Amino acid sequence: MSSPNPQSGSPDKEPASEAQAAQESLDNTERAEDATTPQAGSATATPGDAAEPKPSLGRLFVANLWAANTVTVTVLSLVLAIVVGAILMIISDPEVLSTYSYITARPSDALNASWTLVSEAYANLFKGSVFDPEAFSGWLNGSNGWQAVLAPISETLTYTAPLVFTGLSVALAFRGGLFNIGGQGQATVGVVLAALAGFALPLPPGLHLLVAVLAGALGGAIWGFIPGILKARTGAHEVIITIMLNYIGTYLLTWLIVQNGVQDPNRTDAISKAVDPSAQLPRLLGDNLRVHAGILLAVLATWAVAWLLNRSTLGFELRAVGANPDAARTAGISVARTFVLIMVFAGLLAGLGGANMVLGSTASALTPLVVAQIGFDGILVALLGRLKPWGVALAALLFGALQAGGNRMQSYSGISLELVTVLQALIVIFIAAPALVKAIFQLRAARAARLQTSLAKGW
Amino acid sequence: MEPGEIHALLGENGAGKSTLMNVLYGLYQPDEGEILVDGEPLKLRGPSDAISAGIGMVHQHFMLVPVFTVTENIMLGAERTRGGLAGFLDRRRARREVVEVSERYGLRVDPDAVIEDLPVGIQQRVEIVKALTRDVDLLILDEPTAVLTPQETEELLTVMRSLKAAGKSIVFITHKLGEVKAIADRITVIRRGKTVGTASPEASRDELAALMVGRNVRLTVEKAAAKPGKPVLEVAGLVVDDDRQIRAVDGMDLTVHAGEVLGVAGVQGNGQTELIEAIMGLRPTLAGSVTLDGEQIDGWSTKRVLRAGVGYVPEDRSVDGLVKEFSVAENLVLDIYDRPPFAGGLALKRDAIAASAKERIEQFDVRTSSAAMPVGTLSGGNQQKVIVARELSRPLKLFIAAQPTRGVDVGSIEFIHSQVIHERDIGTAVLLVSSELDEVLGLADRVAVMYRGRIIGIVGPDTPREEIGLLMAGITPEAATEQAEARPATDGDAPTSEEEE
Repeated sequence: MSSPNPQSGSPDKEPASEAQAAQESLDNTERAEDATTPQAGSATATPGDAAEPKPSLGRLFVANLWAANTVTVTVLSLVLAIVVGAILMIISDPEVLSTYSYITARPSDALNASWTLVSEAYANLFKGSVFDPEAFSGWLNGSNGWQAVLAPISETLTYTAPLVFTGLSVALAFRGGLFNIGGQGQATVGVVLAALAGFALPLPPGLHLLVAVLAGALGGAIWGFIPGILKARTGAHEVIITIMLNYIGTYLLTWLIVQNGVQDPNRTDAISKAVDPSAQLPRLLGDNLRVHAGILLAVLATWAVAWLLNRSTLGFELRAVGANPDAARTAGISVARTFVLIMVFAGLLAGLGGANMVLGSTASALTPLVVAQIGFDGILVALLGRLKPWGVALAALLFGALQAGGNRMQSYSGISLELVTVLQALIVIFIAAPALVKAIFQLRAARAARLQTSLAKGW
Repeated sequence: MEPGEIHALLGENGAGKSTLMNVLYGLYQPDEGEILVDGEPLKLRGPSDAISAGIGMVHQHFMLVPVFTVTENIMLGAERTRGGLAGFLDRRRARREVVEVSERYGLRVDPDAVIEDLPVGIQQRVEIVKALTRDVDLLILDEPTAVLTPQETEELLTVMRSLKAAGKSIVFITHKLGEVKAIADRITVIRRGKTVGTASPEASRDELAALMVGRNVRLTVEKAAAKPGKPVLEVAGLVVDDDRQIRAVDGMDLTVHAGEVLGVAGVQGNGQTELIEAIMGLRPTLAGSVTLDGEQIDGWSTKRVLRAGVGYVPEDRSVDGLVKEFSVAENLVLDIYDRPPFAGGLALKRDAIAASAKERIEQFDVRTSSAAMPVGTLSGGNQQKVIVARELSRPLKLFIAAQPTRGVDVGSIEFIHSQVIHERDIGTAVLLVSSELDEVLGLADRVAVMYRGRIIGIVGPDTPREEIGLLMAGITPEAATEQAEARPATDGDAPTSEEEE
């Protein structure tokens, strides 16, 4: 840049002419478009931004979530989580940690011990969730059947199915501008109604399963309707209401299990009667593998939610309300009605997720922990899937794999299952803070800046 | 920029005026280039750097805390403490400074008044005093007249002249040509982030406008005489509250005929917004009635009002008019998405939506690279055209346009105005609300002046601006009362309502 003449240097004009000069120099290059687009974008965006009210926290969060280059950031978040996980494994293993006390004398000891621990743990994570080469060679030389080869996948899909539902539940509500923290409660009430229908109603096979699944959906829908109608009618914040309903749902379950007619008469501990076989989701790959028809329902639900969001009038309303409720109202969309519908649908999905937990192969009776953490995990899955239906399904698959593999990691490597939970949390933290990931990996912004300065100098 | 100079920065919306000034004030960091003060390059890391370099700014949207007093707002960010002890505010000294500065520059403000009780013009004055207490030499005024009455604008111009006489330099950002000519010593015109020319205030309006948009534009609206038909919209005795439960529309009567443009003039905040929202079913009516083509529509849902043949351009397009994340095509069906041919049953017909979007984009000259672009990426003018296209694409009985050209570039203004007149000529009743008096006078066949929730007078578009300005300020000359459509009883009530407030 030539230094401007101080005499004519009126301060208000300088940035304009400087920018102009920079732009002109860039116009000559092939990269002109890449380099100037962000500039032009920020220039046109800023006056508009100033004129707008601050967007709600939720909308800001969604915009942030989508602004990042999703695939790259997701992959890098995974890598980061794995690295941090490795460090945690080393720290939490006293034997390996002790080798670090003499690391200056014999660094190879510490490095070898760490490498063995970490690589074996992650290998077991993989073998438990995707593919175990030993089982494959065992199948080839006849020492075990084909089921052993598919066992990891079967486990992964079993854990995946309920997470798809709860993930979709959270994602759907989020797209409509609502924080559904109540997936856990909705899934709990879903599991209760599904189980009751499963052991209390004497129905023929087929119909019995259908009724039980629908009962689960109904339970969730009721638990979603409550915060929906309260928000629409009274303006009560759905986050507060759904959290409270989580507690109510959980204790409803704990109370119900020990009631007469529900508790298993042969047991003294808190467990209900078992769901009739006629109401259980059929297993897909024989009785030895746990994967059941729930995963097919999950795929169907993903497709249905994708259609609902993008191709239906209801989805149009939902997205409009989620993105700009004022504009939606002005365009004649009933925001209150949409809020109620969103929460009913979200609850319905979470209820189906709950139904999976008792009608599938993970459990066949109600216990206080029958729904595990699927409601809360659903929030993570929804965020990891960027609130898009098929993204949610993939995220659920990843979380399912982590849980399936975590079981093997625990039994073979002695790494506690909680590490998997920590890994899941880390992944989501990195995804929710894309700027952090980008800073760690020196992504685009930094590279673009370097490119721009070199171009400006070069030309 | 020289000392004691008023330098006007003129440009269309989105030309980069505000961005440039935000860079100058340290709010944004420049990607390239530098700022020179007295020949020295200046690195601004934030507004505090700018203030210490002697640069002050009055934003388009005031940066005041509504529940604080004038003094508290002025000391905010540079709090005086008692004996230098953190946590002990020295209000008395701060108050003294405020009084001193406001007296020195002839800017009368009550240091103890609470901001939210003050009219907009005074709030702006507080902003100016705030900047002056920081000892600035260069004052940036970002679109200062957008919210003022003609009288308040005149006062502001006087203030600017006295600041100039005191040796302060002023950067005056605007897109109103008249004010620029009245006050500026030098004019810089900006287009698309570049300086396209410097002009002297002697340049004609047409020349300046041409510089702004890069081609010659018509500033007057050409139209034939109106052929008013039967009354379409009749508002009688309407009472509406605003969000704070304060009476905004107070027993209002209004009639709009088919084939005429009724312009509602008035300073913002006199009930215009609430009137329109009540007609649209967005705000409950407390008394009175709204009749559309003989059918009473108050109490109807917004959807039903829209279906009955009312088109509506809301005054704040980014809040009420558009879903920015949605594509242009989706925004073009935002209020008819559930109607054939765009939907069948529960399913959206995306082909029909896309085909219609293509047609509208062409017909209404929306400049976008594709119908699938998020509407938020378009310029203000093109966003507005999307709304106008949407609303004028179905048969209407009544077309309500609130601030249809606010923050819109001159080229789009011209286009939108011609569309409004075209809609009038095919027999639609048009209700136009605008705080731009030029726009109202240019488009309207009758001008209704709204003051404190009532129509204070209805005059012809040829009425002198001064007279309308007085009406906007609530002063009814005899001439205006005679033409007022409202019953004498309504006029008689006017003083009482003032007393109530």
